[in-house]
Amino acid sequence: MPRPDRRLENGRLAIHRHPLAVRLWHWLNLACLLALLTSGLQIFNAHPALYMGKASAFDRPVMAMTAVETSTGGYRGVTRLFGRSWDTTGLFGASREGADMADRGFPRWITLPPGRDLATGRRWHFFFAWIFVLNGAAYLVWGLGGRTRRELWPSGAEIRGIGRQVWDHLRLRLPKGEAARRYNVLQKLSYLAVLLVLLPLMVLTGLTMSPGMDAAAPWLPVLFGGRQTARSIHFLTASGVVLFTLVHVAMVFAAGVINEMRSMITGRYVIDPREGSAEERP
Amino acid sequence: MSDGLNRRGWLARTLALAGAAVLAGCEKVSESPKALAVAGAAETLTLKVQRLLQQRTALAPEFDEADISPFFKPNGETEPQNPDYLKHVAAGFADFRLEVGGLVERPLRLSLAELRAAPARTQITRHDCVEGWSCIGKWTGARLGPLLQRAGLKPATRYIVFHCADEWYGPPGSGTPYYESLDLVDAFHPQTILAYEMNGQVLPMAHGAPLRLRVERQLGYKHAKFVMRIEAVDSLAGFGGGKGGFWPDQGYEWYAGI
Repeated sequence: MPRPDRRLENGRLAIHRHPLAVRLWHWLNLACLLALLTSGLQIFNAHPALYMGKASAFDRPVMAMTAVETSTGGYRGVTRLFGRSWDTTGLFGASREGADMADRGFPRWITLPPGRDLATGRRWHFFFAWIFVLNGAAYLVWGLGGRTRRELWPSGAEIRGIGRQVWDHLRLRLPKGEAARRYNVLQKLSYLAVLLVLLPLMVLTGLTMSPGMDAAAPWLPVLFGGRQTARSIHFLTASGVVLFTLVHVAMVFAAGVINEMRSMITGRYVIDPREGSAEERP
Repeated sequence: MSDGLNRRGWLARTLALAGAAVLAGCEKVSESPKALAVAGAAETLTLKVQRLLQQRTALAPEFDEADISPFFKPNGETEPQNPDYLKHVAAGFADFRLEVGGLVERPLRLSLAELRAAPARTQITRHDCVEGWSCIGKWTGARLGPLLQRAGLKPATRYIVFHCADEWYGPPGSGTPYYESLDLVDAFHPQTILAYEMNGQVLPMAHGAPLRLRVERQLGYKHAKFVMRIEAVDSLAGFGGGKGGFWPDQGYEWYAGI
């Protein structure tokens, strides 16, 4: 049961916003996604190119990060995407390792472990993949059965009001007062898209890369148009999660970082009922 | 207002410091043997769950002739320099005998002609390298299961070890020999073969002549090349680093189904 509100001396209300299970899930999820991203980039660095189809046509990658040797014996990083290429020295293809440029896809500050070590990257990737999947399954079973579904599923009226919400968000006019008690329609839709589309797609394309899983479920590689396409989609879904996280964190700052962080750590969120909600504003 | 800005500056500095500390900590922890041992628990879980989901004989997907990769990337060792191996190469493997020994009732010594006469299988399969790329090739070889039955495994057998001619990290004749191992589920899987042909041709050296293990439900490094000798064993402890294979000894999973 949600705990009752507490009126603060300054007239504001302390509400209990996130139950303990959601808070635990959120932070465990963050740890998993961070480890999965960084170890995933370590794995990607073992062959920093993406293909379409069942197998790798090495001369036709859709995306590739390569290092080109320079006349001075160093490296220049070149990233190719759909046949076009860019100099990405220092970031993709070639980046600093100590004093020298090294031949590597993603730079060492974003891979786990930082040095080149595919075996260790794989070990952490699959360890956290299991925790992530079990954590996610627990959330879906616990949350989508009841409370979370009620909190996340938008009503028809909310869907119809979506244009207004987008306009308010673009001007960084976020719901305040009583309206901040609930998720707004853009939050609902983006959380649902991540929970029901992006993350399941990430897990399924990850499983499709497993030769053992392809024997157990031969429909998996067929569904995604081949193992190499699945690998490319896996990379895209990871990019999608990064994009979501960047926007998510930006919105936390826009809405008030202390209040938001506290609500996800202790559950307590402070609203000012005297402030009108975005919808009520003329 | 300036209070707010100061507070934000302080927050940013604190977060940056905390971030650097977390990264340094992650680097240390991620490489520590104890932490790696904990993370290694995932391998056992993956093996158990995949075996639960797979039927024992569930086949890896097979493909059409049209799917065969025009270029199949040779990886790992492509030109072993071991003197005994080179003698076999010079003789066209005429004197080569595959030894099947260890915990067997009837040790075997099989020539390539005898292996070609053994129950065979041809399959067009996808080879998935641990690095991430895939190539599709057609393989023909002697099915391992019937060979093991011919030798007669003793009841204590739990693993089949494959001893190879390629050596790593050392001079020819005294480097670390490549080896791999399978449990009996994969050893008796219908697609597990000792391939002597690739894409309709005699198996080339770069792909493991004279014999390459194909174990299609696992990653490429399990597909041992240059197989010289097969040994039925009850434990992997006595071989190499004790992890059941050359790459597993370097930290890769023994079960490479993912």
